[in-house]
Amino acid sequence: MTTSTLNFRSGTSVMVVRELRRTARSIDGLILSIVLPAMILLSFVVIFGGAMNTGTKYVDYVVPAVIVLCAGYGAANTAVGVATDMTTGTIDRFRTLPTYGSAVLAGHVITSVLRNFVSSAVVVGLSFALGFRPAGDAADWLTAIAVLLVFVVAMTWIACLLGLLLSPEAASGSTFLMIFLPYISSGFVPVSTLPEWIRGFAEHQPLTPVIEAVRSNLMGSAASDDVWLTLAWWVPLGVAAHLGAAVLFRRTRKR
Amino acid sequence: MQLSTSHSQRHAGQPIVRAERIHKRFGAHKVLTGVDIELWEGEVVALLGINGAGKTTLINILSTLLKPDQGTAAIAGIDLLASPASARRHFSLTGQYAALDDFQSGHENLVMMARLGGLPRRDAHARARQLLESFELTTAAAKPVSSYSGGMRRRLDLAAGIASRPAALFLDEPTTGLDPQSRHRLWQEIRQLARDGTAILLTTQYLEEADRLADRILILHHGTLVAEGTGSELKGLLGGTHQVRFSFASLEDLDQASALTQATAVDPDAWSLTVATSNTASTIRQVLADLGGTNVANIAILQPTLDDVFLSLTEPNEPTQPAKEPAP
Repeated sequence: MTTSTLNFRSGTSVMVVRELRRTARSIDGLILSIVLPAMILLSFVVIFGGAMNTGTKYVDYVVPAVIVLCAGYGAANTAVGVATDMTTGTIDRFRTLPTYGSAVLAGHVITSVLRNFVSSAVVVGLSFALGFRPAGDAADWLTAIAVLLVFVVAMTWIACLLGLLLSPEAASGSTFLMIFLPYISSGFVPVSTLPEWIRGFAEHQPLTPVIEAVRSNLMGSAASDDVWLTLAWWVPLGVAAHLGAAVLFRRTRKR
Repeated sequence: MQLSTSHSQRHAGQPIVRAERIHKRFGAHKVLTGVDIELWEGEVVALLGINGAGKTTLINILSTLLKPDQGTAAIAGIDLLASPASARRHFSLTGQYAALDDFQSGHENLVMMARLGGLPRRDAHARARQLLESFELTTAAAKPVSSYSGGMRRRLDLAAGIASRPAALFLDEPTTGLDPQSRHRLWQEIRQLARDGTAILLTTQYLEEADRLADRILILHHGTLVAEGTGSELKGLLGGTHQVRFSFASLEDLDQASALTQATAVDPDAWSLTVATSNTASTIRQVLADLGGTNVANIAILQPTLDDVFLSLTEPNEPTQPAKEPAP
């Protein structure tokens, strides 16, 4: 193993510890990662759930969408951390270290995965208490987790890119897109109940296959194209965002 | 203008930092036009200039954050442009904004920087404890940085900058925004680092800071170094070493006196004029003899300050040093 790989590894682990502290020590971080996902789940299942008619138990219908919404929003919040780093002297100092500079971004991505793992566990755990009864077997669960992993990693790289481009305030604003975009999908209500003009978007937007893939696997009705559609959307998006972020990270200076 | 004795006489071997003919432009704006700079072990060099003189650009070039358009730069003999990654082992940058995480404690910030600088985990903890002790931050070591005062943050920032024991340390306006007490404290720390062998290049807008802290001062103006030397060498640049100020009892007396003497400055509001001289005693005798009956109320001998030098070199109306043509 070369010195630079060693540096990259220890650099990345140092950055992961840093990002975990940032989350665990801020009220915002804890609310975003644990309280908010729980609140969203409770709102849909307990408050709206009674009025919903999706042909199945609503909790079984909506939990996959809530998982995807929370994971997407959690990943999007990486933008705020990256943008904040860019406005302080921190990133300049990191860039003048012998450690491979991208350890900073790699640290953000790994931390985002860990954070969203916790958020998703909170949502799934709570949903069991609310009557969620998934039918998938172990292989289905692993597939669903893999789909979420691809989505979270890609979404985090997009967030890194936005964080490098935007001010912390604008970066924070950009995360709201991830709160609302999932609603225009098959995640919360069947697409057939939406106004006609918006159905096309709801059926074909990139979040729909993620939600459908997670749902079909958790409910044991796998063998759909949604897993492949998820990969077709999010692998190229993630790779493009990663390349863009790597270039910007080396070049961007705020002054 | 080279005032110091040649560095080869004062230092042996190689400088830690050597940059030659550095040019940098942003669009049509030429920020640096042929700057040469050397930095030797254990010396503090102050880079002085007004806002926009190119100080931060030069520091950013030496820190591998920016690439110069022309010129060469090496740190510890390693070419910054050819192998920036290896050069980064030998210097560290402490920028204008403290590069600290508010959500981490002082100890955690230092361990992070030491580990990123390549120290193994155990050594990083030992180094952090040692730095906290020498910067007298031990009692605050476990507290989050968000609870630190401005002076404590700057000290911690400086400690973070040297966590991996760099040979050269670049400080961009290290004391901006500090109260006088914290500033003096930080000066002591910087001087101690230089005594321990670190080569330090700092930018500052405070002439007093350059005068009191630096072994050598470089004045950067419109992208070129217009003067270089120790504080006293630079003060010697002003024809006379001292200024004598004569104050008068009335404006009429002042008018009469200014007609009779070769004053360098006349201040009608304060009813006073100043004469630059290298021999104060004979000047005072001469002026008093010339003035005859004019009523001199007060005589003061003014020490020249670095401000006078700086203003004479950077005032837009005053002729400055002949502009160096950029190297072809």
